[in-house]
Amino acid sequence: MSGTTAPPAPDSIQTSEEPEPSGFTVGPLLVVALSFVVSMVVGALLIAVTDRPTRKAAQHFFSAPGTMFSRAWHAVSRAYVALFQGAIVDPHTFGHGSVWRDFNPLSETLLNATPLILVGLSVGLAFRTGLFNIGGQGQIIMGAVLAGYVGFEWHLPPVLHVVVAVLAAVVGGAAWGGLAGWLKARTGAHEVISTIMLNYVAFNLLAYLLKTGVFHRKGSNQAISPIVHGTARLPHLFPAPLRLQFGFVIALVAAAAMTWLLNRSKTGFSLRAVGASPNAARTAGMGVGRAYIVAMVIAGALAGLAGASQILGTSFALTTSIDANFGFDGITVALLGRAKPWPTVAAGVLFGALRAGSVTMQTRTGTSIDLVTVLQSLVVLFVAAPMFVRHVFRLRAAGDAGSQQLAKGWNG
Amino acid sequence: MERMSAATQDFELDAPVVVGVLASRRTRIISGSVLIVVGVLCALAFGLGSKTGYDARFGLSTPGTGVQVPDLVVPARIFGLAFGVIAVAMGWWRINRDFSNRAMRWVVAVTIFGVVFAFLCWSATGTKGTRLPLTTPDGLLGQTIFLALPLILGALAGVMCERSGVINVAIEGQMLVGAFAGAMMGTLAHSATAGIVGGMLAGLLIGLILAVFAITYFVNQVVLGVVLNLFALGLTGFLYDEVMAPNPDTFNFPGALTAIHVPGLGSIPIIGPLFFDQNIIVYLTYALVVAVDVLLFRTRWGLRTRAVGEHPKAADTVGINVRRTRYINVLIGGLLAGLAGASLTIGNSSGFVKNMTGGRGFIALAAVIFGRWSPRGAVGAALLFGFATALQSVLSIVGTPVKIPSDFLAMLPYLATLFAVAGLVGRVRAPAADGEPYEGR
Repeated sequence: MSGTTAPPAPDSIQTSEEPEPSGFTVGPLLVVALSFVVSMVVGALLIAVTDRPTRKAAQHFFSAPGTMFSRAWHAVSRAYVALFQGAIVDPHTFGHGSVWRDFNPLSETLLNATPLILVGLSVGLAFRTGLFNIGGQGQIIMGAVLAGYVGFEWHLPPVLHVVVAVLAAVVGGAAWGGLAGWLKARTGAHEVISTIMLNYVAFNLLAYLLKTGVFHRKGSNQAISPIVHGTARLPHLFPAPLRLQFGFVIALVAAAAMTWLLNRSKTGFSLRAVGASPNAARTAGMGVGRAYIVAMVIAGALAGLAGASQILGTSFALTTSIDANFGFDGITVALLGRAKPWPTVAAGVLFGALRAGSVTMQTRTGTSIDLVTVLQSLVVLFVAAPMFVRHVFRLRAAGDAGSQQLAKGWNG
Repeated sequence: MERMSAATQDFELDAPVVVGVLASRRTRIISGSVLIVVGVLCALAFGLGSKTGYDARFGLSTPGTGVQVPDLVVPARIFGLAFGVIAVAMGWWRINRDFSNRAMRWVVAVTIFGVVFAFLCWSATGTKGTRLPLTTPDGLLGQTIFLALPLILGALAGVMCERSGVINVAIEGQMLVGAFAGAMMGTLAHSATAGIVGGMLAGLLIGLILAVFAITYFVNQVVLGVVLNLFALGLTGFLYDEVMAPNPDTFNFPGALTAIHVPGLGSIPIIGPLFFDQNIIVYLTYALVVAVDVLLFRTRWGLRTRAVGEHPKAADTVGINVRRTRYINVLIGGLLAGLAGASLTIGNSSGFVKNMTGGRGFIALAAVIFGRWSPRGAVGAALLFGFATALQSVLSIVGTPVKIPSDFLAMLPYLATLFAVAGLVGRVRAPAADGEPYEGR
């Protein structure tokens, strides 16, 4: 609270261990905001450096320095304005047509946030158990494969069909995540390696399936599956132009369920205990291996739900890019949300906005969509290093919440 | 492969217990049965599975170049059956008479080699007259070296970092920026050397970020590595879209490195074309493998590095500057991983493509673990993963008797990594202080 406008702080290193505050305090929120600002500045530099008119003007820098700066400003502001318009509100379409259409950018933001939140929760739950789940991609793929199979191959009554399809996704993701948990518990294989390898295995498996009879769309020469039946699709939340669907509600329910699980249930307590100290938990008689398996099964199920949201709510057909890099972006969401459910939801919405905006940015100004990946990674990098941000801005620490054990080294 | 590692694991895990003879009975039965099962499966699948009258023909030299060596011809069916019988016999012996620990190590090695070779023989009998290139530069072993190269360099980078106590999950990202900068600098300067230097410097830059945040700001190193990988992916993707893709000729056209024939050594049959008719990065890698091994285990610097990685407080007490040691090791690691990346674009004469490392950095990381944090072990593991990848590309060309879908072949290196880490990691131990920031100076 106190440190927002403090005089220059001494360069001392904060080593005091303070009890972890519940939820956000102003300190961490300020760190997030400042991290965001620094990342946007770095992103602006990247845009300016790669902008062709700016580089041309730079050749005459000493005769006309102003030209270069104005061109750079032009390029950067154009890109960031488009980013904002794609994510929040777009004056180009505002007031034209139906009222619902005015909310389209926000709808796209939440639509993109849905898988991000679900994978963020998945990674976060694993974090709380002391595991690093980098397998979101593979778990999304396996979830989407099973959900897609149920969706386009089975014929069931309307409501039942979508429920069964979503459950199939849960099973697919849980199995793939549980496999990594089982390997960790049984053989000690570090989950960072095994989940990454399982990602590639799942990807190649999907590529194979898309060439086989059931999964290959008849008459198409591309690697794409048949389209999911209407009965198996997640319902839209709002009228026509808005694509936001029921997956977002599932994500919110999942966040609530995870809050309950971690704070109110016996299972959650043992997961957190194992995450805090596996040796202490083992001494207390908890099954550490069992906790690893349970955590990875739940984490996989959450990522599988993200796959369901993708196949049953957004794309409706399997392709090899069904995961749309949500598996990796979800890691940044979990890190920004400090592995806590509701902050993860907030982080998911923030990065969902960046994703939604980046599409508009690319179509309107031609700026590469990968800029958003740079911004995301930098935000998380700075947030993970609160000491660094305070150094840069000469702030004093206000309750260091950064001392949470997130992932362990090889010796576990 | 899975069974083999399982057998090894049983044997090794119980090794300390074997001293008491009775304790090993269960292990003996399990590992012996595994050997018998492997032998039977091998005889059935690769022995009886091979077509009668077809011989497996392996190419040992490229026709028309260098010293000619006649093709190696093996009767596939007989080899598969014979090896199956040998494996069963060894399993029977293991259960009833037992091998000494030392002998068992050889048994495992012979079994793995035999199964792989029987598999190769079987693969080579798909069509009449198939010639599976084995030791030619474009053959199985030649491709193994070619594909293992970036893995070896990346693994060396990991060993340097982790021996000093800094976990490096960012090898993938360092390789990616190395590949990008290598292609860009190599094209701009019209010089492969410039490309190599550029790639190494780019790797160094990510290494510097890793060092600053891990050592000075105590950021969780696994998290840091993953974030840096994402940063590298976004940065190279962005720069590729904005700068390279519009003008590939000016920015993304690194020439091929020419092979340098080592006089004398290069003329040895089989070995010459395989090892001594390569480009400069390959020779550089030979030197670096030796250099890292000597540096870590034969010099004062290496002793200090390992001390810092095992017990930084003790090292600090005797006057070693822990942070400085770690910084320098992480930066050296960055240079090595950058070179690994540069070898992908410059050595391959292909331009940069988005996310072109495709998980090689993570496989290199697995090689570090599989190789027990030693340069020699890491090189061995990298060669193993390189072999799995090479097998995939050779088999897809040769065409096996039973068609294996290409996507399953593509899984091979990742599955091999998974089994290797799952099967053997239980008995490896990281440097004690690996991943733990040191809060002293």
